[in-house]
Amino acid sequence: MNESLPTQAGISKKNKVSNVAIGLTPPADGLQEYTGAWDTAQIVHLLKRTLFGAKRGDIQYFKTRTMQQAVNELLQPASVPSTYPLNNYSVGGYTDPGGVALWQTWINNGITLADRELNEKRIDSFKTWWLGQALNPSRSIHEKMVVFWHNHFAIDTSVGTDVIKARFWYDHYLTLRQHALGNFKSMAKAITLDPAMLFFLNGASNVKGSPNENFARELQELYTVGKGPDSKYTEDDVKAAALVLTGHTVHPVNFTYFFDAGKHDATNKEFSAFYGNTIVTGYTGPAGASEIDALLDMIFLQEELTKHICRKIYRHFIYYKIDNDIEQTIITPLAVIFRNNNYNIQPVLATLFKSKHFYDMVYSSACIIKSPLDFVLDLCNEFNVVMPDGNDSEATYAVWESIQNEAREMQQELGAIPEVAGWYAYYQAPAFHELWVNSSTYTRRTIFTDRMVADGITKNNQTILIDPISFAGQFANPGDPTLLINDSLAILLRYPLSVSAKEFIKRSLLLSGQLQDYYWTNAWDAYKANPADAITKAIVSSRLQALYKYIMNLPEYHLC
Amino acid sequence: MQRRSFLKQTIQGTILPSIMGGLSVKAFGNSAFLQSLTGADNDHVLVLIQLAGGNDGLNTIIPLEFYSDYNRIRPNIAIPENRVLPLNNNLKSGLHPALTGMQQMYNEEKLCAIQAVGYPSANGSHFRSMDIWLTGSDAEQYLSTGWAGRYLNHQYPNYPVGFPNDTMPDPLALQIGSVLSPVFLSPTGFDALAIDESLNFYNLIDAIQDPTPNTPSGVELTYLRTIAKQTNKYAEVIKAAAAKVTQQGAYPADNYMAAQLKAVAKLVAGGLKTKIYMVGMGGFDTHAGQVNGGNTLTGNHSGLLKQVSDAISAFTQDLKFLGVSKRVLGMTFSEFGRRMQSNGSLGTDHGAAQPVFLFGDSVKQGILGKNPDIPANNQAGDNVPMQYDFRSVYSTILRDWFCLPAKDVDTVLLKNYQYLPVIQSTACNMDIQELNNLGNNLIINYPNPFVTSTTITFKTSGGHTLVQVFDTAGKRITTLADKNYTKGTYSVTFNSSALASGVYYARMQNGSLQQVRPMLKVKG
Repeated sequence: MNESLPTQAGISKKNKVSNVAIGLTPPADGLQEYTGAWDTAQIVHLLKRTLFGAKRGDIQYFKTRTMQQAVNELLQPASVPSTYPLNNYSVGGYTDPGGVALWQTWINNGITLADRELNEKRIDSFKTWWLGQALNPSRSIHEKMVVFWHNHFAIDTSVGTDVIKARFWYDHYLTLRQHALGNFKSMAKAITLDPAMLFFLNGASNVKGSPNENFARELQELYTVGKGPDSKYTEDDVKAAALVLTGHTVHPVNFTYFFDAGKHDATNKEFSAFYGNTIVTGYTGPAGASEIDALLDMIFLQEELTKHICRKIYRHFIYYKIDNDIEQTIITPLAVIFRNNNYNIQPVLATLFKSKHFYDMVYSSACIIKSPLDFVLDLCNEFNVVMPDGNDSEATYAVWESIQNEAREMQQELGAIPEVAGWYAYYQAPAFHELWVNSSTYTRRTIFTDRMVADGITKNNQTILIDPISFAGQFANPGDPTLLINDSLAILLRYPLSVSAKEFIKRSLLLSGQLQDYYWTNAWDAYKANPADAITKAIVSSRLQALYKYIMNLPEYHLC
Repeated sequence: MQRRSFLKQTIQGTILPSIMGGLSVKAFGNSAFLQSLTGADNDHVLVLIQLAGGNDGLNTIIPLEFYSDYNRIRPNIAIPENRVLPLNNNLKSGLHPALTGMQQMYNEEKLCAIQAVGYPSANGSHFRSMDIWLTGSDAEQYLSTGWAGRYLNHQYPNYPVGFPNDTMPDPLALQIGSVLSPVFLSPTGFDALAIDESLNFYNLIDAIQDPTPNTPSGVELTYLRTIAKQTNKYAEVIKAAAAKVTQQGAYPADNYMAAQLKAVAKLVAGGLKTKIYMVGMGGFDTHAGQVNGGNTLTGNHSGLLKQVSDAISAFTQDLKFLGVSKRVLGMTFSEFGRRMQSNGSLGTDHGAAQPVFLFGDSVKQGILGKNPDIPANNQAGDNVPMQYDFRSVYSTILRDWFCLPAKDVDTVLLKNYQYLPVIQSTACNMDIQELNNLGNNLIINYPNPFVTSTTITFKTSGGHTLVQVFDTAGKRITTLADKNYTKGTYSVTFNSSALASGVYYARMQNGSLQQVRPMLKVKG
């Protein structure tokens, strides 16, 4: 018997903070298909990276599949959203000037109304609804890829609310969604002609005689060839691309994309040596619209484009550090696959998520700092936080708003990216996703998890909270404190805790300082025997709350 | 300090209302004076020592008066009568032989014990009984807050909003260990922080500082740990307090309780205003092997008691060495005591009431209550019957140590409980006496009465020192000193030539000390 609280025996408290170069290198055969163990650790790793959280039900489901089957299934598109953004704003005496009633959709209403207040309310409604789509649990990477492409074609719906209609943003989301697992070249064209983007980056006012280069620049600098060392497009290329794009605008009456041939610059556009001195032949009349295909063909011939996209995918789904080894063994061959598959996105993702490198648990695991969206959505999904009945729009929107608000406070909101280059965490070297976490947002994250595991978060009488008994109760043997902690940690933490650390947590939290496991077992059994008894329930739930609070307060919890 | 005693015990008290009428409270800044007016309490500290598992009371305080009965019901674990540690002025009871340190504290009037503390309808579950003790609930009642949390919430109702602040720059409560106890749950969450005995934060930085490997995840975890550390707004004040104490008394080695208490002593002496500390150790669940067969002086319980006693004794001596012993009251408790009879495994099973120890300069020496009666027909399941409700101990601490008005004590404990005569009646105005004793020498004037001018001599302990003169209407006449001084005695001259005759008050403020000196100006 120990003579003191199970405390720190065997646990080193010295934590040398060092930021030396990472010693380990990925395997040279990085993209070769993984053939090793396929168990909880690998599945949770895959699910946390491809979905918003690893639910126990999904883990169990994929245990009955092979790794290849699992990846293939995750890469299948999810069904299209079954709902539309609704009027959630006719409250407090406000009436929709277009006549849309509360909890009815506004998407086909009043696009011609010049009403900034209404538009902003609808944009808020759309953003909340989008959050709801991301939250929607399905075994598909689809919504996470929408977020990826959203970050890639970054927009901020708070800009130009007098011009850019909420409906345009809704369509913009659908465009991202339609192509998210499809063909990148098609997506690039669709976004180029997307009314929201035409307004957002001024393509709509890019006309012959007074071109606006905004979109033409970002198309190259951010969306396609990027600004890596091997991307050598010139300022003249920006100007030439802008001329190609003149005339593509939004119809002033029916508010759809259209090509205004009269505003198109019909001259030939000459590009630099980087683009092989390509000349995009200019056309007058409707034929001028086709120049955009020539422009994209030219850009998509650049090897650097495929590398640029593959680097972004790698940073988003594996780790931000791309050294020479990663560049040679992962990025370059992945870019070849991208190109050889005619810019289809799925083969790239499939190769990556089936690779030895992805399942290298030492190198690739537990090294992404969760984004705010990951942080809040993962928690909701992994703890199976009970959501309102989808038919109850008022309750559903209240909960979506709560979650949206939390992520916003942590500095991430769908539809509101502060920079056209995307969220800082995905591009700002050298810190990358470390930028999500500072002493302010870390505190905010801790408050969020603390509240969720205690009293929950309430808005409009709708409370979301963690039911710790329900979470623990889904495991095979919750009465065994060691197994319960192992099973809980397998879902909640990708960073492994040492045996002594787990023992410490068990004794301090589940055993309240006692030394024998059966005290927890008895407490759990007493609760199961009489779940209606408030005190036996409180004994169990208070300890589980403390356990999950503790786990979520660990810095490790921020890693996935 | 308490406002009432401040007013009562200073002859100048009568003039304070008028002074306050003429001055904004702010002018006094963060002074003890202000605190006395705003109701913030004294500088008393409570150290809760939790002995997890259920300490065997009958082998902790041995009922010498019933020794043969005691020996009869627990022959395999009984402490030999001639080895029981005797206590001054008390022939009825003695201490376990491992409690030499506590015996000495008792004899030096720094320790008292309360017999058979518990609650009606004792619950034999560790978890439930511990929750009851920590929350202060009835046996059949579920409370979601801890008694200390409710007290802290009563004193600092806005916490954590606006904290830390000038009045309370430090954590309200600190738990030495990794996991916050429910005792600190207030209606708004935990009112305490957890730190380990080497004064690292536990609850916000990783308790389990497994070293990070040189991998991507190791790099990111290191980053997160750094941020988590920065996040704690109290990290700096704790570090600063700890740094102030460079020398401490000796503590026993390999004694986790001692390591925890050493950290507490350091923080108290370092000047933290933290009200409550909690430390703890486990292992008291001595169903078997409580003693070694054939030698009841050895075994687990003996080792545990020795750790506790050695640690508390070293802590007490260290507090004295550090000059803060008057500020500290300690209390030991367990979730329950153990059965009166021993079992066949050289141990004891879960019981009910237990002895509670209080220690510190302000406790009343003694053993409150009587030794448990041991019936002739004692059964294996018989428990020590309760004599004192555990919440009476809390209510006494709140009223007589934290100097909380009785009505507020009832609010915190949700009911009225009997008060116990275990803390010296001077504890709640000890500060005032101290201040006055010091104050008598702090500031004088000569001549007094005076005609035109008088020399005011004041003794500062260093740092910012303020000497002001007020008239009886509370109007400030002049400021004679208002700067940092090195420790020593200084004189300033108060020239009253332009003033009417009558009483004037010289008020000195130096750190938390202050005094007001009446001076009489007469016609020449």
